[in-house]
Order: sequence, then C-alpha cells, then structure tokens
Amino acid sequence: MRAKRIITDTACHILLAILSFIWVLPIFYVVLTSFREESGSYKSYIWPRGFTLDNYINLFHGNNNVNFSRWFMNTLIIAIFSTLLSAFFVLCVSYVMSRLRFKMRKTFMNIALVLGMFPGFMSMIAVYYILKGLGLLETGVLKQVALVLVYSGGAGLGFYMAKGFFDTIPKTIDEAAYIDGATKWDTFVKITVPLSKPIITYTLITAFMGPWVDYIFAKVIMGNETPYYTIAIGLWTMLEQEYVEYYYTQFYAGCVIISIPIAILFLLTQKCYVEGVSGAVKG
Amino acid sequence: MGIFNKKIQPVYTKPGDAGVSQAFKNGNVMTKLSFFIFGLGNITNRQIVRGLIFLAIEIGYFIYLVSFGIGALGDFITLGTVEQGQVYNEALGIYEYSAGDDSMLCLLYGVITLVLTAAAVFVGCMSGKSAYCTQFRKEKGMSIPSFKDDIRSLTEENLHAFLLAFPIFGILCFTIVPLIFMILIAFTSYDHEHQPPGNLFTWVGLENFKSMFSQGSKLAATFWPVLSWTLIWAVVATVTCYILGLLLALLINRKGTRAKGFWRFMFVLSVAVPQFVTLLSMRTIFNANGPVNVLFREFGMIGATESIPFFTNPLYAKITIICINIWIGVPFTMLSTTGILQNIPGELYEAAKIDGASAPTIFRKITLPYMLFVMTPNLITSFTGNINNFNVIFLLSGGGPDSLDYYYAGKTDLLVTWLYRLTITQKDYNLGAVIGILVFIILATVSLLTYRRTGSYKDEGAFQ
Repeated sequence: MRAKRIITDTACHILLAILSFIWVLPIFYVVLTSFREESGSYKSYIWPRGFTLDNYINLFHGNNNVNFSRWFMNTLIIAIFSTLLSAFFVLCVSYVMSRLRFKMRKTFMNIALVLGMFPGFMSMIAVYYILKGLGLLETGVLKQVALVLVYSGGAGLGFYMAKGFFDTIPKTIDEAAYIDGATKWDTFVKITVPLSKPIITYTLITAFMGPWVDYIFAKVIMGNETPYYTIAIGLWTMLEQEYVEYYYTQFYAGCVIISIPIAILFLLTQKCYVEGVSGAVKG
Repeated sequence: MGIFNKKIQPVYTKPGDAGVSQAFKNGNVMTKLSFFIFGLGNITNRQIVRGLIFLAIEIGYFIYLVSFGIGALGDFITLGTVEQGQVYNEALGIYEYSAGDDSMLCLLYGVITLVLTAAAVFVGCMSGKSAYCTQFRKEKGMSIPSFKDDIRSLTEENLHAFLLAFPIFGILCFTIVPLIFMILIAFTSYDHEHQPPGNLFTWVGLENFKSMFSQGSKLAATFWPVLSWTLIWAVVATVTCYILGLLLALLINRKGTRAKGFWRFMFVLSVAVPQFVTLLSMRTIFNANGPVNVLFREFGMIGATESIPFFTNPLYAKITIICINIWIGVPFTMLSTTGILQNIPGELYEAAKIDGASAPTIFRKITLPYMLFVMTPNLITSFTGNINNFNVIFLLSGGGPDSLDYYYAGKTDLLVTWLYRLTITQKDYNLGAVIGILVFIILATVSLLTYRRTGSYKDEGAFQ
C-alpha cells in the first residue's frame, strides 16, 4: 500500500514537472531571444550564439519608426486616465444597482446583459465616425483623448463583479448610518467606498491593464500615426513583414519589458480578486 | 380588522411615483399642458428654476430640430439624394468634385436625432409627472419643494439619478448609439461598391440577410462553414480548457503533492504575461522557420528544408490553434477552480472511498457533477467568450490559410474575425453588421437555453 502510494506520488510529481516545463518553455524562449546577439528573424538553431543587452538599449534609442519609450509613455498616460474614468463609472453604477431601489433598476440590468452579447467591435466603425464627427481624430493628441473615451465610455456596463461585492456588505451598516443622519451620498462615500478596497483595487487594475493589451481599437483609431501608438500596436508593427528582420530580437525585448509590470500587477490582483469574490465584511 | 381593508391612498411626493398615464388622466389642465410645454406646471406653482430647466431643454430641442434635426430626419429616410459629381473645370483643366450627400453621415445624424427625440419625449414625461406631483402636493396642502430641496434630493432619494447620469451618458454615446447605427447598416447597401462620400447607399430591407442565406451564393458558402467552425471551436476550446484545467487543479491539490505554491506559480506565470505577447510569440514559435520546426529538423523527424505547416494547412492550423488555446486557457481554469475544489465536502469523498470507488469513478461521479453544478454559469460565459474570441484567432493565424471558395475568409476564421475582415479590410459594412446581428442571436439563444436548464438555476440547494 505504502509502496504504491510512493509510486503514484512520484508519477504525479514527474507529470507536473513535465507539464510546467511545457508551460514555462515558451516564456523562457521569449526571454532567451530577447538577449540574443545575432539580429535577423528566424534561425536554424535555437540556442543563441551570443548574448547581449543591446536589444533592450536599442529599444530606448530607437529611430522614428520604433520609439519604444514614447509608446510606453503614451500607453501609461492613456491607461491612467481611462482607469480613473472607468473605475468611477463602474463604482457608481454598481453601487446604485446594489444598494438603491428605483423603478428602472431591473430594466437597466437586463439591458446591460443584452448589450454585452453583441460582439464588442461590431460598433467600432460607428464609434470611429462619431469620434470623427466630434472632431477628435484631427491630431495625435486628440486621438489619445478619443482612445481614453473609447476605453472608458462603456465601462459602466461592466458592473457585475463590483455589484456582487457590494451585495455582501451588510445593509445594517448603511442603516446605522442613516439613523445617525447620514445621507445616502455620505454613506456611499464614507462607508461603502472605504470598505471596498479589494474590489476597488481590482477594478482599477483591470481597467489599467486594458490599454496595454488592446490592439484593435487602438489600431483603428490611431491609423498610421506611429508616434502616438500604444505599446500593443507598436509591438505588432515590429513583426510586420518589412520590419521583422531588423526588429525581431527587439520585439522580444519589448515583450519582456511590458510583461514584467503587467505580471506583477496581475499577481497582485490575484489576491484582490479572491478577496473580491469572497465578499467584504463578514457577519 | 377595518384597518387592513381600508384602501391605502397613494401619496405622490416625487415625480417617479406616479405613472405617466395616471398623471395625464388625473392631472388638471396645467398638468396636462406640461406634457407639451415642459415645466409649465412647475413654473405656475412657484418652482421657477425646475420649470425653467424643463422649458430650456424643450426650447433647445426645438431649436436643434428646426435648424438641423428635421433635415437630418429627411436625409435619414432617403439616405441622401445628391450624388457626388465630377465637373470638368476648363480654366484649370482638372476635374473638380461637387459635394454630394454623405449617406454615412445622413444615417449617423438620423440616429442621433432619433435618440435626442427619445430623450426629449422622456423629459416631457418627466415634466408632466413633476407637474402632477406638485399639483398633488398643493391639493393636499403639503409643502412644495424648492429648487434647493431638489438639489439636496440628489444626495438622498434621487442619488441613483445623480450617480447614473455620467455612466449612462457614456454608455449611450459609445455603446448604444453605435450599436443602433450598426444594426441599421445591416439593412442598407453600404458595401465596398457604395462607399461614401463618393457613392450613396440606400435602404435595401432584408436583402443582405437573404444573400447570406440564399442557396449557392458565395456568401452562404462561406457563412455555413465559418459558423460550424465557430461552434466547433467554441465547444472544443471550452471543454478542453475546462476538463484539463480541472485535472491539473486536482493534480496540484491532491494530498501527496509537495510544494503546491511552486507548481501553481509555474502555471500562473503564463497567465500573467499579457495575452498578445504570448500569442504573438506563439505565432513566431510555430512559424515555418520557427523554433519548433527547427527542433523537428534537428531531431531528424523532418527533412532539413521541410517544415510542418502549422498555420498554412487548414487542419493543422485548427489543431495548432486549439492546442495553443489549451496552453493559454488551462492555467486560467486551474486558478478559478482551485478555490471551489477545496469547498467540496470531504465526507463525500470518504463515503465514496469506503464504498470502494476508484479514483476515476470518484472524479466522474462526485468531482465533475459538483464542479459543473457550481460553474455552469461560468462555463456559459467562457463559451460565449470563445465564440467571440477574436484575439486568439486574429493574432495566431489571422484567420488563414485563406480559401478561394470563401468570400474573404480563411479556414480558421471565426464569425467575429470574418466580421473584422469584412469591415476593416473589405469595407462591406452591411455584411459585417449582418454577421454581428447573427452572432448576437446565437449568443442570446445559447445563454438563455443553457442557463435555464442548469442545475444552479433550477435547484439552488442541490449540494447544500
């Protein structure tokens, strides 16, 4: 019996080792290639002949086509603004849906559900023309404003997660505040928000990660204005036919640089996510 | 007992309490007029500011309507009549374009005017209700709220209106108006041959839907294969990721496994890297000259110049994409199932072991039903997510390999990526819109049907 258990345990550990090897291998390959000395795209061998930091250095001293630090700042600015805006929207809507009772509440929630079933970028063309009509596609800076609006405009529809969280905050706390003479607004600002740190962090971080990974909207709105690109379109451009030979290794260096902050943020959210799902104040 | 039988007189203290028809039926002349002259009832009852705001909205709307709106509605019906013309300018010796109507803008302004009209009607109803409420309070001898009270009510009983105003405005501008617009485009002839401002397009009714389903047309010959691949993909991707992720979570969670945190971290790492990075690097890794093919060549499994057509052969491409999707999806499932697995009551397992059940039986009879029960809503979400899984297909294969039998689609194109191609590359906006509507119908049916059949919907306490 004991011997059998040792055998199964070993087998399981070996299996896990093989699997995690498969899962880590591509990531390892990305890191490996980012340090490769030889330029050019595909090689007939895997292990690099030499190692260098030049790919990283060149990223930040690029020419007109590849301006990595500028792209990075663009994305950062867009991300910060759209995060603030969409977190505000999400928190307002989810608080209203969770705590306040009014006539159109159910209708609103059903509409939100239905709207979520349309493919997101089906409306992209229309959004593009609306932005154009508003005059937001004239210059690069305005396009960045447009991108912020696109990322945060419909954010109010994604309230389900935060609403679930607010639902778990006991109503008795609110009622106690009303008795003490607080208005509903006071209760929202002074009681619900401070109690909701996990879900606020979660909302902020997910909203923040959006612009770093979105490709389609950014591409449609930015068009050919290379200096105003976000990271995602920038990296995609590096893989295009005419650039790939030259920028292949730099592409991987860029990927590594982007992945590190996003990965850290993700691992942080993980904790907030679990707390967010499991609810706020117990009892 | 009498107290229970007494009919309770409704008390109308704020505009939302009375229905529109009720307000219109019971209201006096002033109230009735308030439906047409916004704010009248409020102004005559010394609620000057509230009344004036209503009135200002109405005046603003009519100014808009007269200066622009009526023309926009007319254009909306015709979608433009004057085609852009070319006039030969003899003095300069060049062709000059004479400005014509832009059907695209006609449609857009029409939609905006309709939305504004709906908003004006809504404000009109509010005005009438507000007038009725004031009238009611006056008759009952109650105090009439001043403008200050109105402002204060925004932090109290009308807080929802205050908090929802901005988000709803955003949703209206960036989700609802564009969506109405695109749905309408499905009924026009806005394709690559009718591109404004050069050409006009018009209403064609259900023509686009007909050509999408008509026998023998190239569109139908594309639509059905793409649809079936979309459904196959969604089912296979959801099921493989779910089952394999569950098994992985079980493997890590079993009693004998050491260093659980370490194993979890190894898999979570791939989730933490941004998805487009993993997808783009996967694309290069499986490229004809990418490392995987190099590896096969070095081991002598294929010739030195040969390569396995991971993305160029339709069947290989499908298998490759599903495998890569497993690589991406399994850690996600592992993460989300770990917590739930730990919640399965331990007695169930003990009882099964005493009865002599083997590990596969326990998995099939206890773990899987329990997990399915808890996670069906989750599964439906991931299924619909997979139907709309644009990123994986677009960044990996771009829908390719392209097929000549198809109307601008590749063998691995999903409906959404086809939609993308039709609109962005091909500029057949009407067909794109038709596909968008069809995807919506599919998703709505699937979610409604499955969700109503699930255990967690019908019998909430089965596992409690």
